[in-house]
Amino acid sequence: MRRRWRAAVAVTVASLLALTACGGGDGAGQGSQTSDKKKVEVFSWWTGPGEVDGLKAMRAIFEKRNPSLEFFDAAVAGGSGDKARALLTTKLQAGTPPDTFQGHAGAELQGYVKAGQLEPVNFLYDELKLKDVFPGQLIDQISVQGNVYSVPVNIHRSNVMWFNPALLKKAGVTEVPATIDEFVTALEKVKQTGKVPLAIGSEWTMVHLLESVLLGSLGTDAYNGLWTANADWSGPAMTKALNDYKTILSYAGEPAEDWQPAAKQVADGGAAFTIMGDWAYGYFHNPPDGGLGKKSKVDFDWAPSPGTGGTFMWLSDSFTLPKGAPNRDGAVAWLKVAASKEGQDAFNPKKGSIPARKDADTSLYTDYLAEALKDWNTDRLAGSIQHGVTVNDAWRVKINEAVGVFHTDRDVAALQASLAEAAKSSGQ
Amino acid sequence: MTRVRRWLPGLLLVTPSIVVIGVFVYGMLGWNLRLAMTDRHDEISEGRFVGLENFVTLWDEKRWGISVHHAIVFTAVFVLGALALGWLLAFLMEKGIRGEGTFRAVYLFPMAVSFVATGVVWRWLMNSGQGERAVGLNRLFGMLGLDSLQWEWFRNPDWGMAAMAIPAIWQMSGYVMALFLAGFRGVPEDLREAARVDGCTEWQVYRHVVLPLLRPVTLSALIILGHISLKVFDLIVAVSGKQIITDVPAVFMWVAVFDSHDPAKGATIASYIVLAVSVFVVPYLVWTLRRERGEKRS
Repeated sequence: MRRRWRAAVAVTVASLLALTACGGGDGAGQGSQTSDKKKVEVFSWWTGPGEVDGLKAMRAIFEKRNPSLEFFDAAVAGGSGDKARALLTTKLQAGTPPDTFQGHAGAELQGYVKAGQLEPVNFLYDELKLKDVFPGQLIDQISVQGNVYSVPVNIHRSNVMWFNPALLKKAGVTEVPATIDEFVTALEKVKQTGKVPLAIGSEWTMVHLLESVLLGSLGTDAYNGLWTANADWSGPAMTKALNDYKTILSYAGEPAEDWQPAAKQVADGGAAFTIMGDWAYGYFHNPPDGGLGKKSKVDFDWAPSPGTGGTFMWLSDSFTLPKGAPNRDGAVAWLKVAASKEGQDAFNPKKGSIPARKDADTSLYTDYLAEALKDWNTDRLAGSIQHGVTVNDAWRVKINEAVGVFHTDRDVAALQASLAEAAKSSGQ
Repeated sequence: MTRVRRWLPGLLLVTPSIVVIGVFVYGMLGWNLRLAMTDRHDEISEGRFVGLENFVTLWDEKRWGISVHHAIVFTAVFVLGALALGWLLAFLMEKGIRGEGTFRAVYLFPMAVSFVATGVVWRWLMNSGQGERAVGLNRLFGMLGLDSLQWEWFRNPDWGMAAMAIPAIWQMSGYVMALFLAGFRGVPEDLREAARVDGCTEWQVYRHVVLPLLRPVTLSALIILGHISLKVFDLIVAVSGKQIITDVPAVFMWVAVFDSHDPAKGATIASYIVLAVSVFVVPYLVWTLRRERGEKRS
């Protein structure tokens, strides 16, 4: 009898101990940091080929400049940062932010700003005179009530039309379509040859297509006006733009798994066009283990998406300064590297993007990137929807839902109503 | 004192698990329900109590209607498909084929694979490319000259969710087979003999003797499959990601919490999922409880 008692008590105590041990584990872990270098935790989702090399190059500069600081790479895998951002949310809510984290510059950061989780970095812009080296339109488009909350490291272009020159030639398309009407004509000609006119991927690539069509159909001023107080989502111009979208989408082949298989259809000559951001360049161009090893201007070619020539629809990865960062000085040191010419010129050629700074070393950027850099300095700017520049997260989800539903019912009036409703309920 | 001695050690032994389950299951359920009844539609606000408002307004959302519809189609196809296939496999097995052990292992094997792994493989098998772009099953159909069978699989707007149930059926029918096989073996041979002596054909033996005795097994299988199916998340995400065309409540919940940053909406959807699952589970629990009591009495 007594034995059983003892056993019962022992088991109970042991399990209670186990429970408390789980709770107390964290504190012990932090105390065991022995290195006298101070750690700077840099949170990003750069784990893929190219981007990880770029991050390493920036890290080397950071460690050279700051011998007393230790770079801690807290990267979480997953394209466009889905998983990383879910983890980040929990960390921020628990009040244990990383020292600095990656985020798309623009409205995507607004949630953090509203929650009071980010510190404005205006002081850095003044100290480093960044307002002189970043394009003025960029500063305007990422400022919230006069405050800037992040340092853009790179710029990608969203409104790029990639195409297969040989296939176009065979279809009798002699000029690269520059307007939406020309684009539709070209799509029709390709359709006659039996090839897929337009390759698309999963639902987010259709939102990506939508932003290019909106920009091309509405024009830059009206498009940029969509994100202001006097936006017109219900008017006839929007109806026309969405009808253009419907027409263009009717030429799309069956959706591929993601943007890469869609781009591959173009590279392999199965499809003529695809509209995708300029990260596709690396995929087309890089040697076979990370890309398709195609020759630019021969196997594949590019142009601004129809109707958007002269406008650069941008998106940008940037770094932030979270409030309550354990090592604020370290984070500021990292931001300085990220903002510097040296840092951006080390990172971007590897990542396959262009620097946000106007004074970059142009000799480092060749082929597509050289053209992009030139356009970045001369074009008008517009922000991307799907990649977090113009709309906050809740709004972006609603746009994605509307496009997802549209993909099944192809009802323009319903799409327009949903988009207008989304702008009303989630607009800034 | 002696009475205390009798129940206290037992209670002490189960206390830790009672506490842990109380906090981490029922406590969290309650916390979730409370969150669902507030207007905490972003991560900053505290959230005021609004009663059942979120539960009502959710039905105004187009996406919710779509995801509920998808969940129903998926559940119907998956549960019926797995039950039918599992029953058929068990039936064939029960006829005493050679190498039964091997077959049993083969059919049970998919159970050992996680839904995520299954999803990744089936995403490729169910690729929607057709004609010269076909891969996976469409390619197979093409090679066999069955081009007319090529279709968009889970990307079909009307029957996509039925296609989505195929990997789930593939994965779970072996398990159902094991359940049914045990059920078949539990039917005493004398009963069948008696029926045969009374002039029943083999079909009638199954129809009137074996099947009725299998009712408890069928019910268990139904409950197990039903609750898996209503909260399915991993398979969908692995096959298609977060697309509207295959949206289900659990995926919608994830998007609401982590993409839209709307905790109250996410909690509301979670509550509905719990409710839907309990429609399956609670009657089953009541039924088993009653049966166990009945057995004790007799």
